Parts: sequence; structure tokens; C-alpha cells
Amino acid sequence: MLGKLTWDALPHDPVVLGGAISLVLGAISILALITYLKRWRWLWREWLTSVDPKRIGVMYIVVAVVMLLRGGMDAAMIRAQQALSVGSSHGFLTSDHFQQIFSAHGTIMIFFVAMGLMFGIINLILPLQIGARDVAFPFMNSVSFWLFTVGMVLVNLSLVVGEFAAAGWLAYPPLSELAYSPGVGIDYWIWSIQIAGIGSLLSGVNFLVTILKLRCPGMTLMRMPVFVWSVLVTMVMIIFAFPILTATLAMLSLDRTLGMHFFTSGFGGNPMMYVNLIWAWGHPEVYILVLPAFGIFSEVVATYSQKKLFGYTSMVVALISIAFLSFIVWLHHFFTMGAGADVNAFFGIMTMVIAIPTGVKVFNWLFTMFRGRVHFKTPMLWFMGFVTTFTIGGSTGVLMAVPAIDFQLHNSLFLVAHFHNIIIGGVVFGYFAGLTYWFPKIFGFKLNERLGRYAFWCWIIGFLLAFVPLYILGMMGATRRLDHYDPSMGWQGLFIVAGVGVAVILLGVGFQLLQLAVSIYQRKQNMDVSGDPWNGRTLEWSIPSPAPFYNFAVTPTVSSRDPFWAAKKHKTSLPQGEYQDIHMPKNTPMGLIIAGFTFAFGFAVVWHIWWLAGLGLAGAITSLIIRLSDEDTEYVITAAEIKQLDQQARAKGKLA
Amino acid sequence: MTETASTLKTIVHAESDSKTLLGFWVYLMTDCLLFASLFATYAVLHNNTFGGPGAKDLFSLPFVLGETLILLTSSFTIGLGILAAHKQNKKQVLTWLGITFLLGAAFLSMELTEFSRLVAEGNNWQRSGFLSAFFTLVGTHGLHIATGLLWTLVLMAQAWRMGLVRTTVRRLMLLSLFWHFLDVIWILIFSIVYMMGAL
Repeated sequence: MLGKLTWDALPHDPVVLGGAISLVLGAISILALITYLKRWRWLWREWLTSVDPKRIGVMYIVVAVVMLLRGGMDAAMIRAQQALSVGSSHGFLTSDHFQQIFSAHGTIMIFFVAMGLMFGIINLILPLQIGARDVAFPFMNSVSFWLFTVGMVLVNLSLVVGEFAAAGWLAYPPLSELAYSPGVGIDYWIWSIQIAGIGSLLSGVNFLVTILKLRCPGMTLMRMPVFVWSVLVTMVMIIFAFPILTATLAMLSLDRTLGMHFFTSGFGGNPMMYVNLIWAWGHPEVYILVLPAFGIFSEVVATYSQKKLFGYTSMVVALISIAFLSFIVWLHHFFTMGAGADVNAFFGIMTMVIAIPTGVKVFNWLFTMFRGRVHFKTPMLWFMGFVTTFTIGGSTGVLMAVPAIDFQLHNSLFLVAHFHNIIIGGVVFGYFAGLTYWFPKIFGFKLNERLGRYAFWCWIIGFLLAFVPLYILGMMGATRRLDHYDPSMGWQGLFIVAGVGVAVILLGVGFQLLQLAVSIYQRKQNMDVSGDPWNGRTLEWSIPSPAPFYNFAVTPTVSSRDPFWAAKKHKTSLPQGEYQDIHMPKNTPMGLIIAGFTFAFGFAVVWHIWWLAGLGLAGAITSLIIRLSDEDTEYVITAAEIKQLDQQARAKGKLA
Repeated sequence: MTETASTLKTIVHAESDSKTLLGFWVYLMTDCLLFASLFATYAVLHNNTFGGPGAKDLFSLPFVLGETLILLTSSFTIGLGILAAHKQNKKQVLTWLGITFLLGAAFLSMELTEFSRLVAEGNNWQRSGFLSAFFTLVGTHGLHIATGLLWTLVLMAQAWRMGLVRTTVRRLMLLSLFWHFLDVIWILIFSIVYMMGAL
């Protein structure tokens, strides 16, 4: 009846039990708080059923921030264990639990923090930057978000019911095969990523069509803001890469549930094929994460330097070449496979070549600042932190692109330091810069500047403290994922420094949470009444803050890059057409309902509860059919109503 | 005023059609890549028989040729259905969709017959890496056909209930794109898996 699910699935180990209890208590207290504040109806109507990309974007970011805290706790536990577990001391974590923690840390940070922040910011800003009212498929957007959330819930549920994967964030076979990982951990990993990944794929299609079809009149491709370009390129990459992930995960799950032999070590399976396939998705994936961050920095640097972006065309060409090259470098993740000197040389050279377009971008940003009036607001600090750390990370990457060197550094902490250098310095700093920069456009008030600076300095100092020691440890021969080592290695001092670094980063996260709280508390002093707090350049700054639900009262027409800047310079406003009726999509709970059934399906497949899996799948398909048979999905705001709303919003801006 | 409103409505609908069409094409490309991954896997594993039977020993080309002809015919009949939809001829649309459904169902049952024969002979997907790859590649195509059959039924119900309104015609176009796409994939399966395997 319940498949493999028994009472034994609940945690027994005291540390796991503590984690599980705090997770459950956290969830209960949030639900209790909503009930106490009588906010259920509001939450349901305004948020959970919303198809407005700005609302969906905020929900993405809320989920991602909560997951950042979870992944951060995992990081702290890894660092604490490695600082303590030396010689006769074995730290506070069992080996098996330690393996689950580093697997969960990687999975959560990539799929539910970085991807969540990325889709969050894209949802918030992309339609505004192209002068659109919505995305191409609003309902599908809601489905994407809820599938992402299902994946997140499955990962966290594994803490309470059962266990998580203990085979690293990419679950290499044969370790991840049934013979060596008989528990449900790998299945939780497969299905949480599979479901979230399908959400990402749908988003990829959605935003690609949005950019190609919904740009406002006059916005040719070469007049798009560079952030939009970066998203366009990223979505193409998602469309090419994510189907490979879907197929690979499906094959691994077929191995585990139906006894197939794709990646097993016997019966003609081929484990290295998995490693090839997963990196054929995985390498593009890291560029999928970082390209939108590049786009954000392009906006941030131009705005705060009060200059147009240097080398727009070369930026676009660089984005496209990075995207192309990212698909022909996957083998550098396993030079040690033994593909031979020629193959390794090809992939090594291609990897080094990527540094060229990336370098072009770095120089373009620096030349944008050159002779600009640079305002060192928090987003610019994140940019400065990014340029320095990312350049170091890029250089160590080029170093490891030399196959002969990679043989020495493969699977060492040097590698771990390298990719954290890229992902924290590039991706995370980029999304923090973007959140600070666009915060007033979404919420109507600015974030506290002083606390933002504190957070930045904690992050950058903590980052250096945490990862420079890992470079040195890697050189000293320390491999990744160690839960215990001998004192004679002489590593403990550096591990302790790295642990202190993580504590400083967590202090930075604390400042960010405080910044949010203080900014909300003092929002009256920091209201953005003009709609243009940073003297911006692109269309999103031409409308009131917070952006109204219909985005643009009148669809703008543009005739150049940086149209808002041009209009301000010529002391005119953007060309105004007449108010017209607007068709808006109605809110719908169907995205949430489909995700609910998908969750039942995912949970059931993990635990082999086949009747529930069938029920979940049938429910999801039926809900989709019901939704598609619904002809009444739009409503109209008349021109007169729009005029009134718009004049109110603009008057409020001037009066306040 | 009413005239402008109706023009606007036409524009809105035309935009919505072209968005959906482009979105569906992009989706088909992602599906194409999914199959490409499975084809690549099959290419790597097709000799990994682990002492069991290989493609030469298992497949009967005349049977598969029959399947292929049935599927190709169904692509033709759904095309006739689309022509009828553009002529707003509901009865013809329902007839052609019905025939397409029957042909698709015949194809699927032949595929399942082949699968059950293999399983009965002890050559199931657990036998070897080659058979895992075979069942998964061909089975994924079969799963798509099953989805297409369900979709055909839903659209027949929709056309019957709501008539050939704009959304129904648009969805019929998408279904026919999907169905032709599955034909193309099947031709690849027929050539790469069956022909190259058996010859």
C-alpha cells in the first residue's frame, strides 16, 4: 500500500533529527503566522494564484532566499566537520550524513538558489525592459514556478521522511545505482531535479518566445538592453541543454526502478556515458547561471557610471560565443577519463578559448566606468567584488584547462575553490547587485545603503577567508568531500580559517536579512517617488514605482538603445500613444493544482507507491485538460480605467 | 468604435496564434533534443549485448515496415483533417481525426505486440545495456504516440462540443505538427534501429 514507506523513514540520528525538527517547526510557525495575521485569503488571491510575472518573480526570490539559508547551513556544517574531524576526533557528523549534506548543499545551491534567483529576476525585469505587459504564456509561467517549488519541497522533505542522496550533487554512477545506493536518497535527488528541470525548460520556451514576439514597437534586436540579450542567449542554452538532463535523469531512474542497464557496471551498461551526458548539460548550465548575471552587471555599470555601455555589439557577440563554446567543453570535467591526448587537447583548448569573450566583457565593463561619473552604490560594490574575484576564478579555470595540470588537481579542493570563486563571485554577486538595483522598481522603496555595504564587505572578506585556504589545501593534496583526515597532513589550520570565512559570510547574510527588515521598517524615508531613483537608462525606469500590474499604461515606442536616457537628455518624454483597452490574464489556481498532483507523483515514485503515482499523473493531466478547455481566461481593462489608474499613479509620484 | 474593437481583437488573436505556434515549434525542438540524447545513448550501447541477442537476432523488418506504413498513413489523414478544419467542415474533421486515432492506436498496439514478444522470449530491458537502450528509445516514441492519441480524443471532444472555433483550429494545427514530428522521429528509429540493426 505505501511501497517502501515505513516508520523507519523518520530520522533517528540526533543531528538529522534536530534538522528535521527545526524544518518542521519552521514550516508550522510560518503557517501559524499566516493564520494569526488572517492572511490566507490575501495570499491565495494576490500571490499563490497570480500569473503576474512580477508576483511570480518575487515568489521565486523568496523561495531562493530561504533555500540560500538552508544551503548556507549545509555549508557551515561541512566546514565545521572538516575543521574538527582530524586524528582521533571524528567531528559531529557520521560519514553517511556528511555525504548527504554536501550532496544537498550542491543540489540546493545550484537548482534552487541560483536558478531561483535567475528566474526571479528575469520574471521581474525582462517584460519591463522590452516594454511588454506580460510574458508570452502567463499560465505556463505559473506552472514553471510551481514545478520549481515542488522540486524544492521534495529536497527538503527528504530531511524529514527518508534520506537524501549521498553521491554528490551530480550522483555519478555506479555509486548512484541501486546496487550501491539502495535507499531512497538518489530517487529524491532524481525526481526533485527532474520536476524542477521541466519547469526550467518550460520557462526557457516561455521567455524565448516573449523576447522574440513581445518587444515593443521600435525595439529591434540590436536595441535591446544587454540584460535582455543575456536572457535570450541563456534561454536558447536552456532549450539546448535541459532536454539532455531530462533524458539522463530518466535513464538513471529507469536503471533504478526497472532494473535497466544504462549506467550499471555490469550487463553492458556504461557509467562514463552518464558522466558525459550529465556534463553535456552541466557545463552549459553554469553558463546559464552566469550569463544573466553578466547582463545585470552590464545594466548596473552603465547606470551607475552615467554612461552608455562600452562596446554593445562586442558584448552581444561575446554572449553568443560563450554560449556556443559552452557546449563543446564538457569533457574538461573528466580529463582523467582517459579519452586520450588528442581529445583532451581539443577540450583543453576550447576551454581556454572561452576566456577570450569573457575577457572582452570584463574590459567592456571597465571601459564603461572609464571617465564615467561612477556612483559607488551597493550594486557597484558587488560589481567591483565580482570583477576581482571572478577574474581570479577565471584564471584558475584556465589553469585547470591544461589537461596535464588537471590530472594533478582533479577532484581536489583547488577545483572546489575554483568553481565557488566563479559561482559566488560571478553568479551570486550578480544577482545580489540586480536585486538591490531593481528593488525599488518592484517594491516602491530603496534598500538601506549602509547595511548593504556591511553585507558586501562581510561577503567579500568571508569569501576570501573561506576559499583562498581551499586553493592552498588543494595544492597540498586535499581532495574534496573528505569527512576525516590525519593530523600529519598539516591541513587543520587552513580548514579552521576556511570555517571562519564561512562564519563571516553568514554574518553578511545576517546583514542582508537585517537590511531587508530595516528597509521595510523605514520605507517611508526611502520611497522612490520618481520611478527613476538611479537616473536610469532603460524602459523600466520610465514607469512609476512600484511597477503597476499592467506594466505600461501605453505601450512605449522606442527609436534607440537606452530610450529613456535619450528622452531625458533631449528633455522630452517617451512618445506617448493613446490609452487603449488591455487584455490581461485572469489569476488561476490551476498551476498550483497541477504542481500538487506532480508532487504526489514525485513523492510516490520515490517511495514506489504506484497507485499514488498513477493518481498524481492522471490528476495533473486532467487538470491541464480542464485548464485548456477553459475559454474564459482573460479580462479587459478599458482605456478609461487605464487612464484613471495611470494618472493616479503619476500624481502620487509628484505629490508625495 | 465596434469596428476598431473587433480589429483590435483580430490583431490580439493573430498575435496570440503566432506566439503559440513559435512556442510549440521551440517545444518540438526540445523534444527533438531529448530524442537526440536517447539516439546517442543507443548508438553507444547498441553493441553492448552482454552475451545476449543483438539487433540482428531480434527484429523482423516486414513487421516494422507495416508499423511504419500505418504511421505514415496516419500523418496523411491528419493532414486531410487540417484541410477540413480550414474549410470549417466539422463532420470531415471528426472523421479524419477518428481515422488518425485508429491508425495511431493500431501502430501502438503493434509496437506493444513486438515488446511483449521480446519480453516473453526472455529478452526484456533487464537483459543487456543494448535492450535497455532499445526499449527506452522506442518506448519513449510510443509514449509520445499515446500522448498524441489522448490529445486527439480531447480535441475531437472539443471540436464536437465547441465547433471549429479559433482555439480549436489552432490546437488542431499544433497536434498535426506534433504528429508529423513523431513521424520524422519514427523514420529515424526505423532507419537507425531497425534497418541498420537488421541488415
